[in-house]
Amino acid sequence: MKIFEKMSRIDRRYIYILIAAVVIVPLLLKPKLPIIPTKPVKDIFDYVENLPEGSNILISIDYDAASMPEQQPFLEALLRQCFRNNLKPVMLVQWQLGAPLGTQGLEKIAKECNAEYGVDYINLGYRPGYVAQMVGIGREIRDYFAVDYKNVSVDSFPIMKNIHNYNDFALLVGLEAGATYLLWVEYAGGRFKQKIALALNAVSAPDAYYFYQSKQIIGIVGGMKGAAEYEMLENKPDLAVAGMASQSYSHILIIIFIIFGNIAFFVEKNRMKKEGGK
Amino acid sequence: MLKSKNIPLTITFIVGIIMIVSFFIPHRPFGDIEQISLKWYSIIAGFTMLLGVDSLVGLHYRKIKRKEENWQHSIVLIAGFLMVVIAGIVGTVQFGSAFDEKSFFTYIYNYFIVPLQSTMFSLLAFFVASAAYRAFRARNVDAALLLITAVIVMLGRVPVGEVISPYLPKFTDWIMEVPQMAAKRGIGLGIYLGALGVSIRIILGIERSYLS
Repeated sequence: MKIFEKMSRIDRRYIYILIAAVVIVPLLLKPKLPIIPTKPVKDIFDYVENLPEGSNILISIDYDAASMPEQQPFLEALLRQCFRNNLKPVMLVQWQLGAPLGTQGLEKIAKECNAEYGVDYINLGYRPGYVAQMVGIGREIRDYFAVDYKNVSVDSFPIMKNIHNYNDFALLVGLEAGATYLLWVEYAGGRFKQKIALALNAVSAPDAYYFYQSKQIIGIVGGMKGAAEYEMLENKPDLAVAGMASQSYSHILIIIFIIFGNIAFFVEKNRMKKEGGK
Repeated sequence: MLKSKNIPLTITFIVGIIMIVSFFIPHRPFGDIEQISLKWYSIIAGFTMLLGVDSLVGLHYRKIKRKEENWQHSIVLIAGFLMVVIAGIVGTVQFGSAFDEKSFFTYIYNYFIVPLQSTMFSLLAFFVASAAYRAFRARNVDAALLLITAVIVMLGRVPVGEVISPYLPKFTDWIMEVPQMAAKRGIGLGIYLGALGVSIRIILGIERSYLS
Protein backbone atom coordinates (compact mmCIF):
# COMPACT_ATOMS: atom_id res chain seq x y z
CA MET A 1 0.00 0.00 0.00
CA LYS A 2 2.97 2.24 0.38
CA ILE A 3 3.11 2.67 -3.36
CA PHE A 4 -0.28 4.44 -3.29
CA GLU A 5 0.88 6.64 -0.46
CA LYS A 6 3.94 7.54 -2.52
CA MET A 7 1.77 8.08 -5.60
CA SER A 8 -0.43 10.57 -3.80
CA ARG A 9 2.64 12.59 -2.82
CA ILE A 10 4.48 12.41 -6.14
CA ASP A 11 6.72 15.38 -6.93
CA ARG A 12 4.94 17.54 -9.49
CA ARG A 13 8.14 17.88 -11.50
CA TYR A 14 7.75 14.25 -12.63
CA ILE A 15 4.31 15.15 -13.95
CA TYR A 16 5.79 18.13 -15.80
CA ILE A 17 8.51 15.97 -17.37
CA LEU A 18 5.96 13.42 -18.58
CA ILE A 19 3.75 16.15 -20.07
CA ALA A 20 6.76 17.71 -21.83
CA ALA A 21 7.67 14.28 -23.24
CA VAL A 22 4.20 13.49 -24.62
CA VAL A 23 4.05 16.91 -26.26
CA ILE A 24 7.55 16.93 -27.76
CA VAL A 25 8.04 13.30 -28.83
CA PRO A 26 4.97 13.08 -31.15
CA LEU A 27 6.02 16.40 -32.74
CA LEU A 28 9.32 14.77 -33.65
CA LEU A 29 8.02 11.31 -34.63
CA LYS A 30 4.89 12.63 -36.39
CA PRO A 31 2.62 9.58 -35.94
CA LYS A 32 -0.49 9.62 -38.14
CA LEU A 33 -3.92 9.70 -36.53
CA PRO A 34 -7.29 9.76 -38.27
CA ILE A 35 -8.75 13.27 -38.46
CA ILE A 36 -12.40 13.17 -39.45
CA PRO A 37 -14.06 16.55 -40.06
CA THR A 38 -17.03 17.24 -37.81
CA LYS A 39 -20.25 18.90 -38.97
CA PRO A 40 -19.67 22.38 -37.46
CA VAL A 41 -16.32 22.60 -39.29
CA LYS A 42 -17.63 21.08 -42.50
CA ASP A 43 -20.51 23.58 -42.54
CA ILE A 44 -18.07 26.49 -42.70
CA PHE A 45 -15.91 24.83 -45.32
CA ASP A 46 -18.91 24.02 -47.54
CA TYR A 47 -20.37 27.49 -47.13
CA VAL A 48 -17.13 29.16 -48.21
CA GLU A 49 -16.70 26.62 -51.00
CA ASN A 50 -20.11 27.48 -52.44
CA LEU A 51 -19.74 31.27 -52.40
CA PRO A 52 -19.75 32.95 -55.80
CA GLU A 53 -16.35 34.04 -57.15
CA GLY A 54 -15.38 37.56 -56.14
CA SER A 55 -17.35 37.48 -52.86
CA ASN A 56 -15.82 39.48 -50.03
CA ILE A 57 -15.08 37.79 -46.71
CA LEU A 58 -14.54 39.89 -43.60
CA ILE A 59 -11.96 38.26 -41.32
CA SER A 60 -11.62 39.55 -37.77
CA ILE A 61 -8.41 38.80 -35.87
CA ASP A 62 -9.51 38.60 -32.25
CA TYR A 63 -6.64 36.63 -30.75
CA ASP A 64 -3.01 37.09 -29.80
CA ALA A 65 0.14 34.98 -29.60
CA ALA A 66 -1.14 32.93 -26.66
CA SER A 67 -3.74 31.40 -28.99
CA MET A 68 -1.51 31.27 -32.05
CA PRO A 69 -1.23 27.43 -32.21
CA GLU A 70 -5.03 27.15 -32.22
CA GLN A 71 -5.94 30.05 -34.49
CA GLN A 72 -3.09 30.62 -36.95
CA PRO A 73 -3.42 27.23 -38.73
CA PHE A 74 -7.12 27.87 -39.34
CA LEU A 75 -6.43 31.39 -40.59
CA GLU A 76 -3.93 30.04 -43.10
CA ALA A 77 -6.21 27.20 -44.24
CA LEU A 78 -9.13 29.61 -44.64
CA LEU A 79 -7.03 32.09 -46.64
CA ARG A 80 -5.82 29.28 -48.93
CA GLN A 81 -9.44 28.32 -49.54
CA CYS A 82 -10.39 31.96 -50.20
CA PHE A 83 -7.65 32.55 -52.75
CA ARG A 84 -8.24 29.16 -54.40
CA ASN A 85 -11.90 30.11 -54.94
CA ASN A 86 -11.16 33.71 -55.97
CA LEU A 87 -12.81 35.08 -52.83
CA LYS A 88 -11.57 38.36 -51.43
CA PRO A 89 -10.50 38.46 -47.77
CA VAL A 90 -10.80 41.80 -45.97
CA MET A 91 -8.93 41.61 -42.68
CA LEU A 92 -9.45 43.76 -39.62
CA VAL A 93 -8.19 43.42 -36.07
CA GLN A 94 -9.96 43.77 -32.73
CA TRP A 95 -7.08 42.60 -30.53
CA GLN A 96 -4.06 44.88 -30.87
CA LEU A 97 -1.55 42.11 -30.20
CA GLY A 98 -3.10 39.99 -32.92
CA ALA A 99 -2.39 42.54 -35.65
CA PRO A 100 1.08 41.22 -36.56
CA LEU A 101 -0.14 37.61 -36.55
CA GLY A 102 -2.97 38.44 -38.93
CA THR A 103 -0.64 40.43 -41.16
CA GLN A 104 1.97 37.67 -41.25
CA GLY A 105 -0.60 34.97 -42.00
CA LEU A 106 -2.22 37.04 -44.73
CA GLU A 107 1.06 38.00 -46.38
CA LYS A 108 2.39 34.42 -46.21
CA ILE A 109 -0.64 32.84 -47.88
CA ALA A 110 -1.10 35.70 -50.36
CA LYS A 111 2.49 35.18 -51.50
CA GLU A 112 1.95 31.41 -51.73
CA CYS A 113 -1.21 31.94 -53.84
CA ASN A 114 0.13 34.87 -55.91
CA ALA A 115 -2.61 37.18 -54.64
CA GLU A 116 -2.25 40.92 -55.19
CA TYR A 117 -2.64 43.38 -52.32
CA GLY A 118 -5.51 45.82 -52.77
CA VAL A 119 -7.01 43.74 -55.59
CA ASP A 120 -7.44 40.24 -54.13
CA TYR A 121 -7.17 41.10 -50.45
CA ILE A 122 -6.69 43.97 -48.04
CA ASN A 123 -5.56 44.44 -44.46
CA LEU A 124 -7.41 47.22 -42.64
CA GLY A 125 -5.50 46.82 -39.38
CA TYR A 126 -6.56 47.62 -35.85
CA ARG A 127 -8.95 50.29 -34.57
CA PRO A 128 -10.15 50.66 -31.00
CA GLY A 129 -13.81 50.61 -30.13
CA TYR A 130 -15.15 47.07 -30.43
CA VAL A 131 -18.95 47.57 -30.35
CA ALA A 132 -18.86 51.04 -31.88
CA GLN A 133 -16.95 49.69 -34.85
CA MET A 134 -19.13 46.60 -35.23
CA VAL A 135 -22.31 48.68 -35.32
CA GLY A 136 -20.69 51.44 -37.37
CA ILE A 137 -19.59 49.06 -40.14
CA GLY A 138 -23.28 48.34 -40.65
CA ARG A 139 -23.54 51.79 -42.14
CA GLU A 140 -20.15 52.60 -43.67
CA ILE A 141 -16.85 50.82 -43.07
CA ARG A 142 -14.91 53.96 -44.06
CA ASP A 143 -16.13 55.75 -40.94
CA TYR A 144 -13.68 53.51 -39.05
CA PHE A 145 -11.29 52.25 -41.69
CA ALA A 146 -10.62 55.19 -43.99
CA VAL A 147 -7.04 53.95 -44.38
CA ASP A 148 -5.47 50.47 -44.41
CA TYR A 149 -2.86 49.18 -41.97
CA LYS A 150 -0.17 51.18 -43.77
CA ASN A 151 -2.20 54.40 -43.61
CA VAL A 152 -3.02 54.33 -47.33
CA SER A 153 -6.51 55.51 -48.25
CA VAL A 154 -8.76 52.49 -48.78
CA ASP A 155 -10.37 54.25 -51.75
CA SER A 156 -7.12 53.85 -53.65
CA PHE A 157 -7.61 50.06 -53.73
CA PRO A 158 -9.90 48.40 -56.31
CA ILE A 159 -11.09 45.78 -53.80
CA MET A 160 -12.75 48.48 -51.67
CA LYS A 161 -14.64 50.04 -54.57
CA ASN A 162 -17.85 48.14 -53.82
CA ILE A 163 -17.38 47.59 -50.11
CA HIS A 164 -19.32 49.86 -47.80
CA ASN A 165 -21.09 47.83 -45.13
CA TYR A 166 -22.16 44.33 -44.10
CA ASN A 167 -24.32 43.99 -47.22
CA ASP A 168 -21.09 43.74 -49.19
CA PHE A 169 -19.67 40.81 -47.21
CA ALA A 170 -20.80 37.28 -47.97
CA LEU A 171 -19.40 36.08 -44.66
CA LEU A 172 -17.78 37.33 -41.48
CA VAL A 173 -15.23 34.96 -39.97
CA GLY A 174 -14.18 35.71 -36.40
CA LEU A 175 -11.02 34.09 -35.05
CA GLU A 176 -11.66 34.33 -31.36
CA ALA A 177 -9.57 33.82 -28.25
CA GLY A 178 -11.94 35.61 -25.88
CA ALA A 179 -15.51 36.82 -25.80
CA THR A 180 -15.35 39.29 -28.72
CA TYR A 181 -17.41 36.83 -30.77
CA LEU A 182 -20.43 37.54 -28.57
CA LEU A 183 -20.38 41.14 -29.83
CA TRP A 184 -20.10 40.03 -33.46
CA VAL A 185 -23.08 37.71 -33.00
CA GLU A 186 -25.10 40.38 -31.16
CA TYR A 187 -24.42 43.32 -33.46
CA ALA A 188 -23.23 42.15 -36.88
CA GLY A 189 -25.42 39.05 -36.77
CA GLY A 190 -28.39 40.13 -34.69
CA ARG A 191 -28.81 43.61 -36.05
CA PHE A 192 -27.43 43.45 -39.58
CA LYS A 193 -28.14 39.77 -40.36
CA GLN A 194 -24.51 39.20 -41.32
CA LYS A 195 -23.63 35.53 -41.86
CA ILE A 196 -21.02 34.60 -39.28
CA ALA A 197 -18.57 31.72 -38.86
CA LEU A 198 -16.46 31.39 -35.72
CA ALA A 199 -13.11 29.83 -34.94
CA LEU A 200 -12.80 29.63 -31.19
CA ASN A 201 -10.15 28.45 -28.79
CA ALA A 202 -10.99 24.97 -27.53
CA VAL A 203 -11.68 26.36 -24.08
CA SER A 204 -14.39 28.75 -25.29
CA ALA A 205 -15.84 26.68 -28.17
CA PRO A 206 -18.54 25.02 -25.99
CA ASP A 207 -19.90 28.50 -25.17
CA ALA A 208 -20.78 29.10 -28.83
CA TYR A 209 -22.66 25.88 -29.50
CA TYR A 210 -26.04 27.38 -28.80
CA PHE A 211 -25.47 30.04 -31.45
CA TYR A 212 -24.72 27.22 -33.86
CA GLN A 213 -27.81 25.26 -32.91
CA SER A 214 -30.03 28.33 -33.29
CA LYS A 215 -28.35 29.02 -36.69
CA GLN A 216 -27.05 32.43 -35.57
CA ILE A 217 -23.68 31.24 -36.82
CA ILE A 218 -23.04 28.88 -39.72
CA GLY A 219 -20.38 26.78 -38.02
CA ILE A 220 -17.66 26.46 -35.40
CA VAL A 221 -13.99 25.61 -35.70
CA GLY A 222 -13.07 24.55 -32.17
CA GLY A 223 -9.42 24.84 -31.18
CA MET A 224 -6.51 23.11 -32.84
CA LYS A 225 -8.64 20.02 -33.56
CA GLY A 226 -11.07 22.15 -35.60
CA ALA A 227 -8.16 23.77 -37.42
CA ALA A 228 -6.73 20.31 -38.20
CA GLU A 229 -10.10 19.25 -39.61
CA TYR A 230 -10.15 22.37 -41.79
CA GLU A 231 -6.63 21.65 -43.03
CA MET A 232 -7.77 18.12 -43.97
CA LEU A 233 -10.78 19.51 -45.83
CA GLU A 234 -8.49 21.94 -47.64
CA ASN A 235 -6.21 18.97 -48.48
CA LYS A 236 -3.19 20.70 -47.02
CA PRO A 237 -2.24 19.13 -43.67
CA ASP A 238 -0.09 21.64 -41.84
CA LEU A 239 0.69 22.78 -38.29
CA ALA A 240 -2.66 21.87 -36.70
CA VAL A 241 -2.55 18.32 -38.07
CA ALA A 242 1.03 18.05 -36.81
CA GLY A 243 -0.11 19.08 -33.33
CA MET A 244 -2.92 16.53 -33.11
CA ALA A 245 -0.76 13.63 -31.93
CA SER A 246 0.72 15.74 -29.12
CA GLN A 247 -2.74 16.85 -28.08
CA SER A 248 -4.09 13.29 -28.23
CA TYR A 249 -1.32 11.78 -26.14
CA SER A 250 -1.32 14.62 -23.61
CA HIS A 251 -5.08 14.09 -23.13
CA ILE A 252 -4.47 10.38 -22.56
CA LEU A 253 -1.71 11.16 -20.07
CA ILE A 254 -3.96 13.55 -18.15
CA ILE A 255 -6.66 10.85 -18.05
CA ILE A 256 -4.08 8.38 -16.70
CA PHE A 257 -3.12 10.97 -14.07
CA ILE A 258 -6.78 11.36 -13.10
CA ILE A 259 -7.24 7.58 -12.79
CA PHE A 260 -4.04 7.07 -10.75
CA GLY A 261 -4.84 10.10 -8.62
CA ASN A 262 -8.28 8.67 -7.82
CA ILE A 263 -6.94 5.17 -7.07
CA ALA A 264 -4.44 6.69 -4.66
CA PHE A 265 -7.21 8.83 -3.16
CA PHE A 266 -9.54 5.88 -2.51
CA VAL A 267 -6.79 3.61 -1.18
CA GLU A 268 -5.66 6.35 1.19
CA LYS A 269 -9.28 7.00 2.22
CA ASN A 270 -9.83 3.31 2.98
CA ARG A 271 -6.60 3.09 4.95
CA MET A 272 -7.50 6.12 7.07
CA LYS A 273 -10.98 4.68 7.66
CA LYS A 274 -9.49 1.40 8.87
CA GLU A 275 -6.95 3.15 11.09
CA GLY A 276 -9.72 5.33 12.48
CA GLY A 277 -11.82 2.20 13.16
CA LYS A 278 -9.00 0.67 15.20
CA MET B 1 -31.86 72.05 -7.61
CA LEU B 2 -29.07 70.89 -9.90
CA LYS B 3 -26.88 68.36 -8.17
CA SER B 4 -23.47 67.38 -9.56
CA LYS B 5 -24.67 63.81 -10.24
CA ASN B 6 -27.75 64.94 -12.20
CA ILE B 7 -25.69 66.00 -15.25
CA PRO B 8 -24.07 62.58 -15.92
CA LEU B 9 -27.35 60.84 -15.09
CA THR B 10 -29.20 63.01 -17.63
CA ILE B 11 -26.53 62.39 -20.29
CA THR B 12 -26.72 58.63 -19.64
CA PHE B 13 -30.51 58.68 -19.89
CA ILE B 14 -30.60 60.69 -23.14
CA VAL B 15 -27.81 58.71 -24.85
CA GLY B 16 -29.27 55.39 -23.68
CA ILE B 17 -32.73 56.24 -25.02
CA ILE B 18 -31.28 57.47 -28.36
CA MET B 19 -29.35 54.20 -28.74
CA ILE B 20 -32.44 52.11 -28.09
CA VAL B 21 -34.60 54.20 -30.44
CA SER B 22 -31.95 54.17 -33.19
CA PHE B 23 -31.78 50.38 -32.96
CA PHE B 24 -35.44 50.16 -33.95
CA ILE B 25 -35.56 53.32 -36.13
CA PRO B 26 -32.14 53.52 -37.82
CA HIS B 27 -33.26 56.45 -40.01
CA ARG B 28 -32.63 60.20 -39.69
CA PRO B 29 -32.07 61.80 -37.27
CA PHE B 30 -31.53 58.80 -34.96
CA GLY B 31 -29.25 56.91 -37.34
CA ASP B 32 -26.98 59.95 -37.74
CA ILE B 33 -26.87 60.63 -34.02
CA GLU B 34 -26.04 56.99 -33.36
CA GLN B 35 -23.21 56.99 -35.93
CA ILE B 36 -21.71 60.17 -34.44
CA SER B 37 -21.98 58.71 -30.92
CA LEU B 38 -20.26 55.53 -32.05
CA LYS B 39 -17.39 57.51 -33.58
CA TRP B 40 -17.02 59.46 -30.34
CA TYR B 41 -17.04 56.18 -28.44
CA SER B 42 -14.30 54.85 -30.69
CA ILE B 43 -12.18 57.98 -30.16
CA ILE B 44 -12.68 57.86 -26.39
CA ALA B 45 -11.74 54.16 -26.43
CA GLY B 46 -8.47 55.15 -28.14
CA PHE B 47 -7.72 57.66 -25.38
CA THR B 48 -8.35 55.06 -22.67
CA MET B 49 -5.15 53.41 -23.87
CA LEU B 50 -3.27 56.59 -22.99
CA LEU B 51 -4.81 56.42 -19.52
CA GLY B 52 -3.63 52.81 -19.28
CA VAL B 53 -0.11 53.78 -20.32
CA ASP B 54 -0.11 56.66 -17.82
CA SER B 55 -1.27 54.35 -15.04
CA LEU B 56 1.23 51.60 -15.88
CA VAL B 57 4.26 53.86 -16.24
CA GLY B 58 3.27 55.97 -13.20
CA LEU B 59 2.89 52.91 -10.99
CA HIS B 60 6.24 51.44 -11.93
CA TYR B 61 8.00 54.80 -11.83
CA ARG B 62 6.82 55.22 -8.20
CA LYS B 63 7.94 51.68 -7.44
CA ILE B 64 11.46 52.47 -8.69
CA LYS B 65 11.56 55.83 -6.92
CA ARG B 66 10.59 54.31 -3.56
CA LYS B 67 12.76 51.22 -4.18
CA GLU B 68 9.82 48.96 -3.31
CA GLU B 69 10.11 45.17 -3.38
CA ASN B 70 11.27 43.86 -6.79
CA TRP B 71 11.73 47.42 -8.08
CA GLN B 72 14.33 46.10 -10.53
CA HIS B 73 11.53 44.36 -12.46
CA SER B 74 9.90 47.74 -12.97
CA ILE B 75 13.05 49.01 -14.70
CA VAL B 76 12.83 46.09 -17.14
CA LEU B 77 9.16 46.85 -17.72
CA ILE B 78 9.71 50.57 -18.43
CA ALA B 79 12.77 49.84 -20.60
CA GLY B 80 10.76 47.25 -22.56
CA PHE B 81 7.84 49.65 -22.89
CA LEU B 82 10.05 52.44 -24.24
CA MET B 83 11.83 50.06 -26.60
CA VAL B 84 8.53 48.90 -28.14
CA VAL B 85 7.16 52.46 -28.45
CA ILE B 86 10.35 53.71 -30.14
CA ALA B 87 10.48 50.65 -32.43
CA GLY B 88 6.83 51.24 -33.37
CA ILE B 89 7.40 54.90 -34.22
CA VAL B 90 10.62 54.19 -36.16
CA GLY B 91 8.94 51.30 -38.03
CA THR B 92 5.97 53.48 -39.00
CA VAL B 93 8.23 56.30 -40.23
CA GLN B 94 10.60 53.94 -42.05
CA PHE B 95 8.19 51.45 -43.66
CA GLY B 96 4.74 53.03 -43.43
CA SER B 97 3.67 50.48 -40.83
CA ALA B 98 5.23 49.14 -37.66
CA PHE B 99 4.04 45.70 -38.79
CA ASP B 100 6.27 45.65 -41.87
CA GLU B 101 8.29 42.43 -41.83
CA LYS B 102 11.58 44.34 -41.96
CA SER B 103 10.79 46.62 -39.03
CA PHE B 104 12.43 46.21 -35.63
CA PHE B 105 8.94 46.31 -34.10
CA THR B 106 8.05 43.08 -35.94
CA TYR B 107 11.33 41.58 -34.74
CA ILE B 108 10.43 42.43 -31.14
CA TYR B 109 6.96 41.03 -31.68
CA ASN B 110 8.15 37.77 -33.24
CA TYR B 111 11.08 37.10 -30.95
CA PHE B 112 9.96 38.60 -27.62
CA ILE B 113 6.18 38.95 -27.40
CA VAL B 114 5.18 35.76 -29.24
CA PRO B 115 7.50 33.44 -27.24
CA LEU B 116 6.61 35.16 -23.96
CA GLN B 117 2.86 34.96 -24.51
CA SER B 118 3.07 31.41 -25.87
CA THR B 119 5.16 30.31 -22.89
CA MET B 120 2.72 31.81 -20.41
CA PHE B 121 -0.22 30.09 -22.07
CA SER B 122 1.51 26.74 -22.60
CA LEU B 123 2.37 26.55 -18.90
CA LEU B 124 -1.33 25.86 -18.46
CA ALA B 125 -0.82 22.34 -19.85
CA PHE B 126 1.57 21.56 -16.98
CA PHE B 127 -0.64 23.11 -14.33
CA VAL B 128 -3.74 21.35 -15.68
CA ALA B 129 -1.95 17.99 -15.62
CA SER B 130 -0.70 18.55 -12.09
CA ALA B 131 -4.10 19.81 -10.91
CA ALA B 132 -5.87 16.87 -12.58
CA TYR B 133 -3.66 14.47 -10.65
CA ARG B 134 -4.02 16.23 -7.31
CA ALA B 135 -7.50 17.73 -7.27
CA PHE B 136 -9.78 15.97 -9.76
CA ARG B 137 -11.27 13.47 -7.30
CA ALA B 138 -14.53 11.52 -7.39
CA ARG B 139 -15.43 12.62 -3.85
CA ASN B 140 -19.19 12.29 -4.42
CA VAL B 141 -21.68 11.33 -7.15
CA ASP B 142 -21.68 14.83 -8.74
CA ALA B 143 -17.89 14.95 -8.89
CA ALA B 144 -17.79 11.40 -10.30
CA LEU B 145 -20.27 12.34 -13.04
CA LEU B 146 -18.22 15.41 -13.91
CA LEU B 147 -15.05 13.36 -13.95
CA ILE B 148 -16.45 10.62 -16.21
CA THR B 149 -17.91 13.19 -18.62
CA ALA B 150 -14.61 15.08 -18.72
CA VAL B 151 -12.70 11.89 -19.55
CA ILE B 152 -15.14 10.99 -22.36
CA VAL B 153 -15.00 14.51 -23.84
CA MET B 154 -11.21 14.68 -23.55
CA LEU B 155 -10.90 11.45 -25.51
CA GLY B 156 -13.68 12.20 -27.97
CA ARG B 157 -12.31 15.63 -28.90
CA VAL B 158 -8.93 14.33 -30.09
CA PRO B 159 -8.19 12.00 -33.02
CA VAL B 160 -7.13 9.18 -30.71
CA GLY B 161 -10.78 8.91 -29.61
CA GLU B 162 -11.65 7.75 -33.12
CA VAL B 163 -8.95 5.07 -32.84
CA ILE B 164 -10.35 3.80 -29.52
CA SER B 165 -13.92 3.65 -30.85
CA PRO B 166 -15.77 5.40 -33.69
CA TYR B 167 -18.68 5.86 -31.26
CA LEU B 168 -16.63 7.91 -28.83
CA PRO B 169 -16.54 11.15 -30.92
CA LYS B 170 -20.25 10.71 -31.68
CA PHE B 171 -21.06 10.34 -27.98
CA THR B 172 -18.87 13.38 -27.26
CA ASP B 173 -20.80 15.38 -29.87
CA TRP B 174 -24.03 14.34 -28.15
CA ILE B 175 -22.67 15.51 -24.78
CA MET B 176 -21.65 18.84 -26.32
CA GLU B 177 -24.89 19.37 -28.22
CA VAL B 178 -27.45 18.24 -25.63
CA PRO B 179 -26.56 18.31 -21.90
CA GLN B 180 -23.69 20.80 -22.26
CA MET B 181 -25.69 23.13 -24.45
CA ALA B 182 -28.78 22.93 -22.24
CA ALA B 183 -26.74 24.10 -19.25
CA LYS B 184 -24.92 26.78 -21.26
CA ARG B 185 -28.12 28.10 -22.76
CA GLY B 186 -29.68 28.39 -19.32
CA ILE B 187 -26.63 30.24 -18.02
CA GLY B 188 -26.57 32.43 -21.15
CA LEU B 189 -30.22 33.40 -20.83
CA GLY B 190 -29.67 34.23 -17.18
CA ILE B 191 -26.64 36.41 -17.96
CA TYR B 192 -28.40 38.32 -20.73
CA LEU B 193 -31.58 38.87 -18.73
CA GLY B 194 -29.37 40.16 -15.93
CA ALA B 195 -27.47 42.44 -18.34
CA LEU B 196 -30.77 43.75 -19.70
CA GLY B 197 -31.99 44.51 -16.19
CA VAL B 198 -28.76 46.30 -15.24
CA SER B 199 -28.81 48.33 -18.50
CA ILE B 200 -32.35 49.53 -17.82
CA ARG B 201 -31.42 50.40 -14.25
CA ILE B 202 -28.39 52.41 -15.50
CA ILE B 203 -30.40 54.26 -18.15
CA LEU B 204 -33.12 55.14 -15.63
CA GLY B 205 -30.53 56.27 -13.08
CA ILE B 206 -31.43 53.61 -10.49
CA GLU B 207 -28.03 51.95 -10.70
CA ARG B 208 -25.43 54.65 -9.98
CA SER B 209 -22.40 52.70 -8.82
CA TYR B 210 -20.55 53.59 -12.07
CA LEU B 211 -20.48 57.22 -10.92
CA SER B 212 -18.58 56.58 -7.72
